[in-house]
Amino acid sequence: MATLKEIRKRVSSVQNIQQITKAMKMVSAARLRRAQEAALAARPYAEKLEAVLQNLAAQGEELAHPFLTERAENNTTLIVMTSDRGLCGGFNSSLIREAEAFMRQRAEQKVSLILVGRRAYDHFKRRDVTIAEEHINLYGRLSADLAHDIGRRVGEQFLSGETDSFYVLYAKFRSALVQVPTLDKILPIASTPQTEDQSALDYLYEPAPQTLLASLLERYIDMLIYRAMLESVASEHGARMTAMDNATNNAVEMIDRLTLDMNRARQAGITRELLEIVATGESLKG
Amino acid sequence: MADILRLRLVTPERLLLDEEVDEVTAPGTVGEFGVFPGHATFLSSLQPGRLSYKQSGQTRSLAVSDGFAEVVDNLMTVLCTEAAYANEIDAAQAQEAVREAEAALGNLSPTDAGFEDAQNTLRLAQVRLDVASNG
Repeated sequence: MATLKEIRKRVSSVQNIQQITKAMKMVSAARLRRAQEAALAARPYAEKLEAVLQNLAAQGEELAHPFLTERAENNTTLIVMTSDRGLCGGFNSSLIREAEAFMRQRAEQKVSLILVGRRAYDHFKRRDVTIAEEHINLYGRLSADLAHDIGRRVGEQFLSGETDSFYVLYAKFRSALVQVPTLDKILPIASTPQTEDQSALDYLYEPAPQTLLASLLERYIDMLIYRAMLESVASEHGARMTAMDNATNNAVEMIDRLTLDMNRARQAGITRELLEIVATGESLKG
Repeated sequence: MADILRLRLVTPERLLLDEEVDEVTAPGTVGEFGVFPGHATFLSSLQPGRLSYKQSGQTRSLAVSDGFAEVVDNLMTVLCTEAAYANEIDAAQAQEAVREAEAALGNLSPTDAGFEDAQNTLRLAQVRLDVASNG
């Protein structure tokens, strides 16, 4: 049985932990709200860009672009989005597991990785995988600039034939409790759905549609990456919020249990002292 | 024919502007163009430059990055990665950005992969400085 002093010490350390996890939970909740706002703010841009692309595709003209053409996938690039910080439950490990499953499925192909977030980098740097780029210590400051940066390089690699397809693996945000690891194909772009009624729009183009298509597609890739980043940030904060909430509850439970032990130890001590007094009295009489 | 033109300006980070205006001038890649109400259905790419619009006699300007503009049924939608009003730009910072972009461009030759991007960055920095200092 632990002594009273030991138990007291443990209670106070668990109380400290509880304070920290509670604060972290609150911080994550605030960051989650901001991340969700950012995701919402990005929506009009994404929708408009998709609509413009569809309009262009619906013109019926033969618009071809390498980005739209499927080819044999010998070299694949996978971008894995994890967080820089831990303490967010199974968020990172489930993503890393998915990434490894992806590479196992494509054991015959050459898969190179673009890692966003320290967690994935720390995991993969010691393993036998090709890391093309890593973007670490961003702490959630994922910007449209970074998405553009990655998108441009990947687009160039795709055009030059260095890579034949490009996937992104990120945690899709469902709710603070549920984040789903999601694998999206970015390149080649699956053909945009054609809507018949929009073909009536007779556009004037400046410059030629073919040139426009190329730059629109580049923007579209950037946007897909950026959207995955926003989802990933929101998911991270959601996961951390849930994990910290659980930790806080566990701490409360632990404190309850330790308090019970503490009282028991105190009572045992009192009983022992009483017994000693009584025993001493008895022996003095005799 | 409705005589009101609606201008919507969206960036990946926010919906910056959604207002009724009288006239818009935008920096197209093949030349600056003006849009009035009743403009034909139109799609153009934009280069970094000054986008200005007239609203009840007053002209306001923004520095925009490269992007696209679409005009359909008196609705002009501008998609660009960055946009800012004069009062959102710090002139000293813009000056610094111009210097940095010039230096970055100086290190590249026209055949390098990032040349076009660097050129765009410089152009955007210059136009931001222009908008910040001249309104």
